[in-house]
Amino acid sequence: MSTLSHTMDAGAHDEHHHDTGKVTLFGFWLYLMTDCLLFASVFATYAVLYMNTAGGVSGHDIFELDYVAVETAALLLSSITYGFAMLAAHKKNVSGTLGWLVITFIFGAVFIGMEINEFHHLIAQGNGPDRSAFLSAFFALVGMHGLHVTAGLIWMAIMMLEVIKRGLGNRTLTRLGCLSMFWHFLDVIWICVFTVVYLMGVI
Amino acid sequence: MFIRSLSKVALAAMVLFLAGCEGGVLDPKGHVGLQEKNLIIVATVLMLLVVVPVIFMTLFFAWKYREGRDELYMPKWAHSNKIETIVWIVPIIIIVILGTITWKTTHELDPYRPLDHERDHLTVEVVSLNWKWLFIYPEQGIATVNELVFPKDVPVQFKITSDSTMNSFFIPQLGSQIYSMAGMETKLHLIANEAGTFDGMSANYSGAGFTGMKFKATATPTDADFNNWVASVKSNNAVLNSQSYDELAKPSENNPVQYYGAVQDGLFHQIVMKYMQHYNDWGKGGNEHGEHQGHGSTEAAEPSMHIMHHDSSSAVEHAKANGEA
Amino acid sequence: MSLLGKLSLDAVPYHEPIIMVTLAAIAVGGLALLAILTKYKAWGMLWNNWITSVDHKRLGIMYIVVAMIMLVRGFADAIMMRTQLALATNGATGYLPPEHYDQIFSAHGVIMIIFMAMPFMIGLMNIVVPLQIGARDVAFPFLNNLSFWLTASGAVLINISLGVGEFARTGWVAYPPLSELTYSPGVGVDYYIWALQISGLGTLLTGVNFLVTVFKMRAPGMKLMQIPVFTWACTWANILIVASFPILTATLGLLTLDRYLDFHFFTNEAGGNAMMYINLFWAWGHPEVYILVLPAFGIFSEIVATFSSKKLFGYTSMIMANGAISILGFIVWLHHFFTMGSGANVNAFFGVMTMIIAVPTGVKLFNWIFTMFRGKVRITVPMLWTLGAMTTFTIGGMTGVLLAVPGADFVLHNSLFLIAHFHNTIIGGAVFGYLAGFSYWFPKATGFKLNAKYGKAAFWCWQIGFYVAFMPLYVLGFLGMTRRLNHTDNPDWNIWLYIACVGAFIILLGIIFQFTQLYVSIRDRKQNLDTTGDPWGARTLEWSTASPPQFYNFAKTPEVHSIDAFMEAKENGTAYAKQAEYAPIHMPKNTSAGVLMGAALTVMGFALIWHIWWLAIVGFVGTIGIFIVRAYNTDVDYYVQPDEVKRIEEAHLKNVAEVAA
Repeated sequence: MSTLSHTMDAGAHDEHHHDTGKVTLFGFWLYLMTDCLLFASVFATYAVLYMNTAGGVSGHDIFELDYVAVETAALLLSSITYGFAMLAAHKKNVSGTLGWLVITFIFGAVFIGMEINEFHHLIAQGNGPDRSAFLSAFFALVGMHGLHVTAGLIWMAIMMLEVIKRGLGNRTLTRLGCLSMFWHFLDVIWICVFTVVYLMGVI
Repeated sequence: MFIRSLSKVALAAMVLFLAGCEGGVLDPKGHVGLQEKNLIIVATVLMLLVVVPVIFMTLFFAWKYREGRDELYMPKWAHSNKIETIVWIVPIIIIVILGTITWKTTHELDPYRPLDHERDHLTVEVVSLNWKWLFIYPEQGIATVNELVFPKDVPVQFKITSDSTMNSFFIPQLGSQIYSMAGMETKLHLIANEAGTFDGMSANYSGAGFTGMKFKATATPTDADFNNWVASVKSNNAVLNSQSYDELAKPSENNPVQYYGAVQDGLFHQIVMKYMQHYNDWGKGGNEHGEHQGHGSTEAAEPSMHIMHHDSSSAVEHAKANGEA
Repeated sequence: MSLLGKLSLDAVPYHEPIIMVTLAAIAVGGLALLAILTKYKAWGMLWNNWITSVDHKRLGIMYIVVAMIMLVRGFADAIMMRTQLALATNGATGYLPPEHYDQIFSAHGVIMIIFMAMPFMIGLMNIVVPLQIGARDVAFPFLNNLSFWLTASGAVLINISLGVGEFARTGWVAYPPLSELTYSPGVGVDYYIWALQISGLGTLLTGVNFLVTVFKMRAPGMKLMQIPVFTWACTWANILIVASFPILTATLGLLTLDRYLDFHFFTNEAGGNAMMYINLFWAWGHPEVYILVLPAFGIFSEIVATFSSKKLFGYTSMIMANGAISILGFIVWLHHFFTMGSGANVNAFFGVMTMIIAVPTGVKLFNWIFTMFRGKVRITVPMLWTLGAMTTFTIGGMTGVLLAVPGADFVLHNSLFLIAHFHNTIIGGAVFGYLAGFSYWFPKATGFKLNAKYGKAAFWCWQIGFYVAFMPLYVLGFLGMTRRLNHTDNPDWNIWLYIACVGAFIILLGIIFQFTQLYVSIRDRKQNLDTTGDPWGARTLEWSTASPPQFYNFAKTPEVHSIDAFMEAKENGTAYAKQAEYAPIHMPKNTSAGVLMGAALTVMGFALIWHIWWLAIVGFVGTIGIFIVRAYNTDVDYYVQPDEVKRIEEAHLKNVAEVAA
């Protein structure tokens, strides 16, 4: 069995008939669909439990729409800036890609920071997830989204290192593409969270 | 073939057993159970119309076309509109018939539906505890543990809840069972048309003492017998109130039969509402903020039982009744 | 807080002689295995060829090994339950007190479904699917290895629960509030949660992996409606996996929050709603049973066609029926709790939906029957299993439709009738199917056939044992006996309990024959070699390779024009064609990342179960760290050179020619 490095043989006609990048993106998209169902289950739970305040606060009492609107804006903007990062990446513009990724990261970090702050306030006021089924569902749904965003931020930091070290080869582009889908997906989920939890909670 | 003879033996055993069995759901002693037994038989016969040919054809074709026999061989034949139409249509017809029967009987046998009967329902409130059954007779003002008595030919309405895990209230010879769940009330309507003593149990596993969570359900031959029994329970000094209930609610296994000659009013209601009150009031104390931000008990009590239409209506009713209590 | 959380030496159940003897036996057996491996210097081979392998065929074999081991464990539980119930009649308490017995029936259910049936199914799928569609491997070979080790991790956790602590005493469904901290303060439910959660993640990744494989990696020319029927069945099962396992993940996650962080999703107090758990659980649980049974249906379809030497009857309606079953499988979950008090309209709707599933299922049976019609049926071991399933499963299907009638379910729910029903479908449908597939594809995976004499003995013991063990349970259900009872006091039930116990021992005999068959077949493998790669005269592409297949599967990816691509090639004379020259083949390298991540997650799961927080963090960070290192490793593939491919291919063609001559 002989081994050759990938680059040495790249030009040779080989028996390798599929485009790995496209397959990876399709696979990641499928994974995102499963993630979507994960959120759907928790959304359903929230819908069932949001009235069960056990004599405690309801959404009407604790949601501050202005604050959440700023949070939302940060996340939506981060999606746009990630789009610019992808445009730069496809043009093989390393510094442009890195710049936009940094901006995206900052927006994402602002979002997470604000969310942690919101949670902290609620818990400090005695409205933690142990208070009622409503608050359990609220913390779980919003917190699960927050954990996803945090994972996305860690991933983004690693991707920045990869771009610095390895430039914008096909593999890196595919990975940036996956992260791109992930990031936009979290945006879409957040829009649902914002509507179902915050807007409908306040009304 | 062996399999066929085996299933024949099994079938014969079933028939023998059907004819001779005592106790259980095929030996019903009340109208509800009787309907359910008939439903089981009708549905089974309908399905056998397909099942028997399938089993027969499987074995017959495997035998007839086995290698080495000089039968017609058509290796490329793999499609026939005629056969495909038949194999789709026949099961569809049977399922349409069975589905219609199902739709009708599901409504008729809805455990929440009061029985059509000239006499009023006797009400019994049932609480599943770890691991015993508490029966409260609100009209008679008595309560028992692990013994249920009612006259025959009188429909009984059971209001059921749990003060622990989920159980299922089941008297096989009388028919339907229903879950008991904490913080809500389920309903079941049964009747005994023959006098006798029947086994009752929990049909849903609820922990270590589950096996011993049995009771006897006795249908007395006459109302007078029932009244005598009520009188004898009443002569008992034990009173079921909040204190003695808390004592009773502690986990115990293989609980003996107990009688309470008197019951505190509204105790069953309290048990149902226990889990709907302000969490802070009974639970683990904690914060001061919950109280003044709260929206009163109506909202707290509004349960999220979208699919449980019976429950939510009754629970809301309770909540309203409870008002600011 | 102690450094070891809740863990102490008291966690070992010294007072349970049964467990201690079992542990001693496992320890002795384990040590013997280690000694043998060391003596024959097999460690390197085991590590290089198996543990770190990304080859779907080897992973498939490892899945089946796990399934076999867990079958023994799960069956030991079954035998203990049946003997307990046969002994504990007339008020006797038997030999298993509730605190032990309740763990046994919970473990039996979880093990048989999650760690026996699932790995068996996924193992067969691994071996066969890429070969059937003419692919070199799955889309993501490393992920495939990782999936296996996640499954293994869950299996390890559930086995640790035997000796350290306890398993859940909640039944395999772990309904709250019983599974909440208030009523189950021990670590049993936590073992349940983490074993299921970790292995469930593996299953989910498998589902994604195989869907991408089937949709993106098919041989050139293979249209969707030319995919072999087993692969189609697996594809539907994978769609169900991808659509339902996230629900399980979420449900277990919420239960975890309740138990670990004092949330109130399913608690009695503070507005929790246990019914939500039950709904979510079955929204996963019902599709799960179709995940188990659809691939088995696919196996029957392959076997019936092959051993009738005939094309499968009604290929298209077979695929459509699978699709209908899959979709309907998602809108029937409520039939698991008609007795919860839903309205008559809701109950009736879910009842009727459930019945409708009987239609496509019936069509499949008829299609198999008409495949035999005007064929030449060879009654081999795989065919025996198939015929056994076609008759047995039909009865299980019938009792299932009966249970779908709410009025009937009101008296049969949670009774032994229900137990008999789902064993009737899972054993009579899924397990018989896997065992059929096992004997059918065994020569493909290993290069030699299984001993037929022991295979037939195993089949008849299973078949007869099944009827003797489970028909009495139908009767007991009618007699009003509910499930999960620890002892009984009803003389009418005794005789049926005794018969059922005898049946369990007949099945035990079947399992013993199964293992004897394996031993004898390996011992006599030289006499039973399959040198052509096509021992049964079969129809699909996996049989066009050598047995066992070349590690790269196909030297040149085949062109496909019809459903039975290999049969077509044999008829046209294009099978076994000699290639003038071969191109280099791009292959993935083995990796230790999968097994290391599995190990780190096992550590994490164990630490979480025992509240050893620092260790849980170590396990979690370790898992992520290994994954990142793996992601940035560029040395992950290599090329097989044409001269080597040529050597392997010509050796195989020479074998084929010798047999033909």
